[in-house]
Amino acid sequence: MRFLLVEDNADLARSVAARLSLDGHGVDHAASLAEAADHLATAAYDLILLDIMLPDGDGRDFLARHRRERRDTPVIVMTARAAVSDRVALLDTGADDYITKPFDFAELEARVRAVLRRKHGAAQTLRTFADLTFDPLTATLTVAGETRELRNRELRLFEILLSGPDRIFSKGQLCDRLFSAAEAVSDNAIEVYVGRLRRKLDGSRARIETVRGVGYKLTGTPE
Amino acid sequence: MKAAAVPSGSIRRRLLLSMLALAAVLSGLLYLTVRGVAARAVEATQDAVLGSAGIAIAEELRGSEDGVEIDIPYTAFSMLGAVGQDRVFYRVLIGDVTLTGYADLPLPAEPPSGLTPFFYSTTFQDETVRIAAVERAVLSDGRPVSATVLVAQTRTAAEAIAGQLANRAALLGLGVFALAALLAVVTARSVLAPVDELAEAVRRRGPQDLRPVARAVPVELAPFVTALNGFMGRLSAALSRTETFIAEAAHHIRTPLAVVRAEAEIALRQAPDDATRARMRSVIRAVDDSARSATQLLDHATVVYRTDQRTDEDLDLGDLARSVTQALAPAADLKEIALDLVVGDGPLVVRGDRLLIESALRNLLDNAVKYSGPETEVRLTVAGVAGGVRVLVEDRGRGLGGSQPAALTARFRRGTNVDDIIGSGLGLTIVKEVARAQRGAFRLTDREGGGTCADLFLPAH
Repeated sequence: MRFLLVEDNADLARSVAARLSLDGHGVDHAASLAEAADHLATAAYDLILLDIMLPDGDGRDFLARHRRERRDTPVIVMTARAAVSDRVALLDTGADDYITKPFDFAELEARVRAVLRRKHGAAQTLRTFADLTFDPLTATLTVAGETRELRNRELRLFEILLSGPDRIFSKGQLCDRLFSAAEAVSDNAIEVYVGRLRRKLDGSRARIETVRGVGYKLTGTPE
Repeated sequence: MKAAAVPSGSIRRRLLLSMLALAAVLSGLLYLTVRGVAARAVEATQDAVLGSAGIAIAEELRGSEDGVEIDIPYTAFSMLGAVGQDRVFYRVLIGDVTLTGYADLPLPAEPPSGLTPFFYSTTFQDETVRIAAVERAVLSDGRPVSATVLVAQTRTAAEAIAGQLANRAALLGLGVFALAALLAVVTARSVLAPVDELAEAVRRRGPQDLRPVARAVPVELAPFVTALNGFMGRLSAALSRTETFIAEAAHHIRTPLAVVRAEAEIALRQAPDDATRARMRSVIRAVDDSARSATQLLDHATVVYRTDQRTDEDLDLGDLARSVTQALAPAADLKEIALDLVVGDGPLVVRGDRLLIESALRNLLDNAVKYSGPETEVRLTVAGVAGGVRVLVEDRGRGLGGSQPAALTARFRRGTNVDDIIGSGLGLTIVKEVARAQRGAFRLTDREGGGTCADLFLPAH
């Protein structure tokens, strides 16, 4: 996905961009509202991440203008304020969602998914692997015409594995991305979710292989 | 916090009482003066007639070789007789010897000299009498002798007239007093009108209205209004500083934390070994911990500040619960916790401050999600009950673990069974303080079958 990150704090912008690119997203950075307008005029984005306090104006004015010009690129506001009424006010101005700094990128991803699901519905982001069709927005796998729903962690696990088919992911790596730092879990906790995902993949040519002592990989057998 | 002023008497009453006292004194003086003048006038009239009568008698004294003789001129008495039912006495003396008339009619304290009458009052035959005394030298046997004529008259008619005049004077005094009292009431009202108007204008203001008083006031009230405006200016500046401070503090704490967290996530992803992973995870944990504490400290500050500066409105708790649930849903979803919102039928409207009640709901729900294990359900029930709305947040978390609910709602106090979960110990304090500010109630109990049940009641008014 391609993000436009509008944030005047250079350190934060760099970190967020670096972190998002780890998940394979492209990020353009604008340090001001003027720069953001320039970017929007020349490129198409899947989502805008918008800070509120910017050197050349208030992010909310930008939002209002954005909506007046009938642009439908979804906007998630990054704010330092946590009150629900701020959220309501932001949503009224045309933001699709908001996230409080500092944020968990897994939560950001979940919110992005929810926003895109509301905006576009399914179909646009369909991905295929072996004989599977995977829709990350609706969290569904289609195997031989049969649609199976994935729960949140199954979905995230499948996305991680799908980002590098045949690549081995260690239990630790998977654990770090599936569980928040606040959850004290052992690396073996991942086995439960691998087991569940395997059941969802039943009957397809895709499967999760255990690489003993190392981790797991997603492979597909040819027809 | 509203402290009513302690009244120390009323300016209106004081003004009225002193004006009435002044009017009473003036009316009394007027009465006494008029009565005195009238009494003197009546006396002067009687004196004039008595004097003339005395002189007329004295002029009839004739000296001869045998002595002094007199032919009493009765016309002189007819002048006196004109005045009512009064009795008249006379006495004519030659030297010390009474020539004719009432020999016991009292003499003046000092003998009169000449025809200028000397007047005095005394008691004669049990009646008050007014007496005029004149003296004249008469030749008796070739020698001049002193002849004294006394003419007396009782005072019945004079007193009756004086009494009548005194009554008039009293009526006049009362009339003046009544008029003055009326004027006093009108004056007190008009003098105090600007004070009343100012008090009413200040009283009508809402609690949030800290604009300066702009109305024109009399010079005497100007220092008071100036001081009031200065005070309100300082208060509103202090309040807006507090609000700005809370927002700025949030910004300055959270932005660097966001950098640290993003960098730590990157480092965790690229960690070469388990030791580094563990270290990075603990960094992220610490960041989340500080972010949470910062949120709750600022929330707590906001709640304390809003409690004094609340803006009450009619709030639909169903809508409020929906928006809070929606905000927390993605976070719950990451742990595969289902947020189940049950909104009852009927009116769920309470009067209260939006920020306060939202803080309470968010902290309750956030707590429930935080202390629940993955793949459980948190139920938020909003139901109308007698006198208000009840909000129940039920989870399948670890429960109270034997801690006293009262201990859990104390500031910076946490349960004994939650050491492995980050938290500041302010969440429930916030809920409790909101409940108190809204005159509601908050209760925390173990839930049957495991977990915790938080029960918040908010009165409708």
